[in-house]
Amino acid sequence: MSTRSRLLLCVAVLAALHLGVACAGFFAPYDPAAQDREHPYAPPMRLHFVDGQGGLHLRPFFYAQALRSGSFDAYEENRTRAIPVKFFISGAPYRVLGVLPLRMHLFGGDVPVYLLGSDGYGRDLLSRVLFGGQVSLLAGLIGAGLTLSIGLCIGAAAGFWGGWKDEALMRVAELFLALPWIYLLFAMRAFLPLAVPPLKAFLLVIMVIGAVGWARPARMVRGIVLSAKERDFVRAARGFGASGGYLLRQHILPETASVVLTQAAILVPQFVLAEMTLSFLGLGVPEPVPSWGNMLASLQHYNVLVSYWWMYLPALAMVPFFLGYLVLASLLQGSRGTSKIGEVFGGV
Amino acid sequence: MTRFLVRRLAHAAFLLLGVSLLAFLFSTLAPGNYFDEMRLNPQISAERLSALRAEYQVDRPMVVRYARWASALLHGDLGFSFAYNTPVAPLLWTRARNTLLLTGTATVLVWILALPLGVWSAERLGRPADVALSWATAVLLIIPDLTLALGLLVLAVRSEWLPTGGMVSVGFDGFSAAHKIRDVALHMVLPVTVLVAAALPVLLRHVRAAVAEALEVPFLRAAEGHGISRRRLLYRYALAAAAHPLIALFGFSLGTLLSGSLLVEVVMSWPGLGPFLLEAILARDLYVVIGGVLLSTLFLVTGNFVADLLLYWADPRIRSEAAGR
Repeated sequence: MSTRSRLLLCVAVLAALHLGVACAGFFAPYDPAAQDREHPYAPPMRLHFVDGQGGLHLRPFFYAQALRSGSFDAYEENRTRAIPVKFFISGAPYRVLGVLPLRMHLFGGDVPVYLLGSDGYGRDLLSRVLFGGQVSLLAGLIGAGLTLSIGLCIGAAAGFWGGWKDEALMRVAELFLALPWIYLLFAMRAFLPLAVPPLKAFLLVIMVIGAVGWARPARMVRGIVLSAKERDFVRAARGFGASGGYLLRQHILPETASVVLTQAAILVPQFVLAEMTLSFLGLGVPEPVPSWGNMLASLQHYNVLVSYWWMYLPALAMVPFFLGYLVLASLLQGSRGTSKIGEVFGGV
Repeated sequence: MTRFLVRRLAHAAFLLLGVSLLAFLFSTLAPGNYFDEMRLNPQISAERLSALRAEYQVDRPMVVRYARWASALLHGDLGFSFAYNTPVAPLLWTRARNTLLLTGTATVLVWILALPLGVWSAERLGRPADVALSWATAVLLIIPDLTLALGLLVLAVRSEWLPTGGMVSVGFDGFSAAHKIRDVALHMVLPVTVLVAAALPVLLRHVRAAVAEALEVPFLRAAEGHGISRRRLLYRYALAAAAHPLIALFGFSLGTLLSGSLLVEVVMSWPGLGPFLLEAILARDLYVVIGGVLLSTLFLVTGNFVADLLLYWADPRIRSEAAGR
């Protein structure tokens, strides 16, 4: 396969993954905040194709789980009645991409079905992972966009102006690179209010993440701008009387596109992880809104760790996404002709 | 040489100054301070509170506090912790020692693993063994330390093979010396594994790329033609030619000794600098935060400085460049 078709394949897979999360309401059987007090900490249910008599069912079925009498967290399957999985059924209302109201879900059953189990409030983990992906991925994407915009502006300004302004901007960038970035994240988060409603917290997290990482892309953009502005055609355009803004827009900034794209592929997973870290530590998006980070927070309790292993499953949700971005980054890097794979990953 | 040294030292001093200023700025912008929560405590009277505020001088302007703090720092005094009511330096030192035990072990292990594996992989560039190793490092690379740490914790708790959380078992003070060492070592297994798994793929890929590049250089081809043994060629010549990026990375490894393990320490409840600082940030224990950040930055700056010195010593190109300037 040529690099180009690999790149297309990789982008297509990533787009499909993101689309799946964007349409979380359809793939998730329940509302992420809907509680089922009858089923706290229900273990993942198994889908069956073969019933007790050895008969084969084309439509998968499952057995209802109920708390064993006298216990508060041990479940037993009711093997007497097989409950078929129903597809395209009507359920909890949701909005696709925040606008289109729908009620149709990919699957469901006559009794609650928890494919990944449920948490302490009886909320479906699968639904929460899917909706949590919206929060975490959006934070990563917007954060990366913000960081790259800041980096692009500062890098371009420094490279284009040169002189003492360049020197000053790059010294500040060095300062930001010298601080351990996780401290920087905490420090910036610490000076913002701690207990805030989910939406505001989400915006705060994005702001903090976006403001932390600009130094590295700024340095790279500056390097390209520095060499680009001395190219002959740029000098020629300047000689014809082109203004600084025109030169930047038409001739210089297009040169930075490949670096910016590569940096985006590297930064998005880093920032998704930053959101996860902050939310895991209780500094990010608060309950009841799910995010990949705050869903893991319950694992800080020893009894959850011991008894309810499925609470760990949300930690694996980002694996296909990160793999996609990693492949994308190395393909983009390869197509630029630089062979040092390692440089991509030295970031954190 | 002197000129080179002075330049690098001035640069390091500038960074430390900038970071301390930035830390003070952040702390001034932060809403509230340590004593604000005391206002809610009915057992502390308003007079006592204002006396405390006056004693710790939290209401003075930032410039004044910074000046006082900086002059105290020059006398080796890092300030006073509000929460622990003791000087910051010994507090930080105990925690930093635990962190260094963890990260020092992990760093040594990472380099011991990465150098031979990287050379081995570069020698087989593109062959099945190298491709398999590349995939393995890619998998390690995408699994973040948070996921890995929590996963290992779940495994360890369920299997009960290894102690989870903390640094010592209950009743540690009564153990014999050998038992004590064994106990701490067992507690270190999980966090060190996570740290090694997080750092190994990055380093391994750098070593592989650097050695593979060095192997293409004509003088090494010539050396190969002269019949120098493979081993000597790889470790004596190729690794030396590939040293430049590796030395820079070594400086980076040194630099992140204090700050690299924060999350792992929090997850594994290791009594290091990480959980201590996090707690201090949340409680607005100002001078602990600033002292911790500064100490970590000092490590980072020192790591870079050591790398610069090593590069100066190892790479004649830098020497001539510095002399020519």
